[in-house]
Amino acid sequence: MLEVQNLSMRFGGLLAVDQVSLDVQEHEIVSIIGPNGAGKTTVFNCMSGFYKPSGGKILFRGQEIQGKPDYRISRLGLVRTFQHVRLFGRMTVVENLMVAQHRHLNTNLLSGLVATPNYRAREQKALDRASYWLERVGLMEMANREAGNLAYGQQRRLEIARCMVTEPQLLMLDEPAAGLNPAETRDLDQLIISLKEDYNVSVVLIEHDMSLVMGISDRINVISQGRPLASGTPDEIRNNDDVIKAYLGEA
Amino acid sequence: MQDLLYFGQQLINGLTIGSTYALIAIGYTMVYGIIGMINFAHGEIYMIGAYTALITITGLATLGVTWLPVILLIALICAMIVSSSMGWAVERVAYRPVRGRHRLIPLISAIGMSIFLQNYVHLAQGSRNIGFPALIEGGFQFGSSGNFQMSISWIQIVIFVTTFVCMTALSLYISRSRIGRACRAVSQDLGMANLLGIDTNRIISATFVIGAALAAVAGLLLGMYYGSVDPLFGFIAGLKAFTAAVLGGIGSIPGAMLGGLILGIAESMTSGYLSGEYKDVVSFGLLILILLFKPTGLLGKPEVEKI
Repeated sequence: MLEVQNLSMRFGGLLAVDQVSLDVQEHEIVSIIGPNGAGKTTVFNCMSGFYKPSGGKILFRGQEIQGKPDYRISRLGLVRTFQHVRLFGRMTVVENLMVAQHRHLNTNLLSGLVATPNYRAREQKALDRASYWLERVGLMEMANREAGNLAYGQQRRLEIARCMVTEPQLLMLDEPAAGLNPAETRDLDQLIISLKEDYNVSVVLIEHDMSLVMGISDRINVISQGRPLASGTPDEIRNNDDVIKAYLGEA
Repeated sequence: MQDLLYFGQQLINGLTIGSTYALIAIGYTMVYGIIGMINFAHGEIYMIGAYTALITITGLATLGVTWLPVILLIALICAMIVSSSMGWAVERVAYRPVRGRHRLIPLISAIGMSIFLQNYVHLAQGSRNIGFPALIEGGFQFGSSGNFQMSISWIQIVIFVTTFVCMTALSLYISRSRIGRACRAVSQDLGMANLLGIDTNRIISATFVIGAALAAVAGLLLGMYYGSVDPLFGFIAGLKAFTAAVLGGIGSIPGAMLGGLILGIAESMTSGYLSGEYKDVVSFGLLILILLFKPTGLLGKPEVEKI
């Protein structure tokens, strides 16, 4: 469903990403790994419309999306998270999920001045979906707390729930396990697998936690110094000499 | 006793003027809260609201409409529509093209827009001040002591009630409605709101429209209260409302309400106990003090650099 072809990104004299290609099929979890500074997040930023790539193509269901504005890309169903949590911290947990459904709602300036039956019905539907996801990620009791006051692991889960209420087709998670303890990480990989299995969402994952990556990925792409180094199934990557060298240095 | 009554009178006057400052200040604070710029043309939007109301009232009088509530309602609606369209257009023409540039650029654009609108009204309506009919006259007096008589006029009561209704409606709208919810999200993280598919341009336009509509309400009320309008009508009021917004904490809606009231009371106390000529000195002195000692204002939150 997503195809990245020879993607390059140049910042002045620095070639941060050089001829990277990868593809994501329906119903698949694909990881991007690589040492720090390899250009993983830059690839993400190009895919989600934050950067306009200097070269290459990004196709989503056959449609070229490279260089399109971020909100257009997210409306196609490609939704991302960031390395750091970006919730609306001064809004409540449930409001975070409601506002994410804004574009599915009727947003006339005057609607809401008068609560018409239609307005209420849609609002109720949004609320139902929000509570479904709160239940799903185990944050129901927190619904009316301010999002900024949640524990870090809870904020991470809320971010994923917020992506899911927008009904994405492809979810791009940038280091979702960063800063989580081992128990939280196990919950997270269960959640990510369930997104694929139960909600038919494909996932692109950037992650440093190797047990998470090896455990849930269908395929892995390794990038080193902006260039593609290897790609394959977790087993192939585990036994790939180039990958071992890049991570451990030459013996 | 007489002193107390005198103080009460100053308080009433201060609350009257302060609540209208608060209405105008909402426009400054909402726009700042969302896109971090000061809309210096907001005072002119308010002035245009007052002119529109005046023109509507005159027009209705020539048509022979005499029932006061109808006149006021139509004048209010016309003023709100014209000011809101103006607020929308100003954002579209002068601010959106320069959004995201260096901070000074939208600021200069705003000052330019303010000068343009002022001079446009100069040309269209003349530079002399025009009498605003006192539609709501009279009032009642209570608690006289010695030779001092405490009084409250109907127009003051109308100003309180209207402001109170507008503020309550706005607070509910922001906290409950979909657009209000989206406004809060956009003000916290515009980039993220964009990514979640919220049409942030529309939300930004909405804040300009809401702020301008409230300024138009203030325009009608203050036009009647002062009894005249001129093209510079919006300049000082705009500065005062801006001061009120900063005083309360720019970006905070309750802050704008509080700031407006404090500023109004400070001014009327100065007029009452010192001299009317000192009231601007006091209000802008207050602004300087706030900026020196509490730059985030009374209810403002310290700005965290967005990444």
